Amino acid sequence: MNWLSKLTPPGVKNIFSKRDTPDNLWVKCPKSGEMVFHSDLIEALHVTPAGHHMRIGPDLRFSYTFDSGDFEQVAIPTVAQDPLKFKDDKKYTDRLKAARTKTGDRDAMSIGVGKVEGLDCVVLVQNFGFMGGSLGMAAGEGFITAAQTAIARKMPLIIFTAAGGARMQEGALSLMQMPRTTIAVQQLREAGLPYIVVLTDPTTGGVTASYAMLGDVHLAEPEALICFAGPRVIEQTIREKLPEGFQRSEYLKAKGMIDQVVARGELRETLGKLLSVLMRRPRDHDAVLKIA
Amino acid sequence: MTFSARTYLDFERPLAELDSKIDDLITLQDKDDSVDVGKEITQLRDKSDAQLATIYKALGPWEKTKVARHPQRPHFSQYAQRLLTDYVPLSGDRKFGDDDALLGGTANFRGRGVVVMGHEKGKDTDSRLKHNFGMANPEGYRKAVRLMELAERFSLPIISFVDTAGAYPGRGAEERGQAEAIARSIDAGLAARVPFISVISGEGGSGGAVAIATADHVMMLEHSIYSVISPEGCASILWRDSARAEDAAKAMKITAQDLKALGVIDQIIREPLGGAHRDVAAAVRTVGDHIESTLVRLSDMTAKELIVARRAKFLNIGRSLLT
Repeated sequence: MNWLSKLTPPGVKNIFSKRDTPDNLWVKCPKSGEMVFHSDLIEALHVTPAGHHMRIGPDLRFSYTFDSGDFEQVAIPTVAQDPLKFKDDKKYTDRLKAARTKTGDRDAMSIGVGKVEGLDCVVLVQNFGFMGGSLGMAAGEGFITAAQTAIARKMPLIIFTAAGGARMQEGALSLMQMPRTTIAVQQLREAGLPYIVVLTDPTTGGVTASYAMLGDVHLAEPEALICFAGPRVIEQTIREKLPEGFQRSEYLKAKGMIDQVVARGELRETLGKLLSVLMRRPRDHDAVLKIA
Repeated sequence: MTFSARTYLDFERPLAELDSKIDDLITLQDKDDSVDVGKEITQLRDKSDAQLATIYKALGPWEKTKVARHPQRPHFSQYAQRLLTDYVPLSGDRKFGDDDALLGGTANFRGRGVVVMGHEKGKDTDSRLKHNFGMANPEGYRKAVRLMELAERFSLPIISFVDTAGAYPGRGAEERGQAEAIARSIDAGLAARVPFISVISGEGGSGGAVAIATADHVMMLEHSIYSVISPEGCASILWRDSARAEDAAKAMKITAQDLKALGVIDQIIREPLGGAHRDVAAAVRTVGDHIESTLVRLSDMTAKELIVARRAKFLNIGRSLLT
């Protein structure tokens, strides 16, 4: 974070920062097609009147999660860049550069430390806007750093997952993030600290098949796609249409894979309740967000 | 096995011609004792061996993918049959069902009690269908967790054989929590307080492979592959054209040699000349020898030392590439 963003209230920053401001001030709801005014969208935590939970990046997520929008950002160690010298139509390094310019972030994970309803916690946000949130070495290192920060400060870890899966451009090094992040989850458990997963749209592939399904508690935003193999792959395999709502949050809850589907507006309260019991500390009922 | 019963891969074509000539000569000799073609046969065999050595020395990632998927490559059942005694297959996840794509049980391996498990692809149409082509459902991974816990309870080392295109992408698999089953299997393998050895014997496909490969020592056969997604899958995502699998195979660095250099695996096991499928007995024996020497080494370590070293090893993957 630079000095400006530290001084500026997050809501204000969100309105003016390049990365989160849409080209025009009206945003189309992907569910209903309705046009929503940008400031109304911020007011509603990027949930449209039709109830569609829009995908959001780390800046908005932090400001929609932490008390008063206050948090401290934790740096993620650098990783080897493009060890495979991967190239498809574009060089992997060019794709990385473009994603960095677009998001202003180094990679798909961002770590913030702050309070939720007065309870200290480490929050890790996976950004679908950065190469589909894909799990590569940097994201894996982000997860490990977040877990170690939580352990060092004796705080719980909350992760908001969002990913199209593994980062193919890093080959098996990307696959290795599944065991690597799992080790970090084990270390959190040994430290007796809660690890809460909030699954957001979409969470798929190797991300779901590792840290996203190893939480003490699994919450999910409404209608998020959560799966191992994506619907298209399955339809191709079994050659039949999948039913409406297949692999969505509500379906996963019915199948016993997640504890609760929680609307974005109620997430802070649910997290606060959980953490106050798991961390044996009182909630601050008066804590509020500071948005716009 | 006679040469003619062998399945030739496209890049082995020149060899197929030589081998069929040898076959013809042998048939001729068998029919008529008076013809002596022994010398010709020896010459042709030398030529064929030389050809084989040349071809296999130059295998690229895509050719290796084909070798790794060769229908006659030794599968879990052959390793079990040739390396184990007193093998008792154990079935079921105690939750929903059994899964023939991932087999396992208790056995003695060269005088030691062990727990073994591995993907089984099957060898003909019937058995391939029975084993779902080695693509496990959640029940397979939950059975793996059961087996790992059993190993821990009785202080038995775990040996896993990895050979799968990936976890099965089916409707039922998703309904029953494929992702959670894989995650738990990774978790259990990393937490197992006993020596754990993995052999990637054929295809190490994605999460379905790493689910049973979070071992203290991960070995790959010389011509096996290990990747985050199949070359076909990668090509269809990157180029929207699965026919470009060869390019994807090259780009993803999926060979044992590449992965050893990247620090993803610990050891490469040499295969007989022309691949494991050309001499199954020798290939399996060599794998057994490496498992044995690794078990000897790991058996000196305490549970705590194993966990510390296993974690350090995985956490160091990738970091070791920073210079």
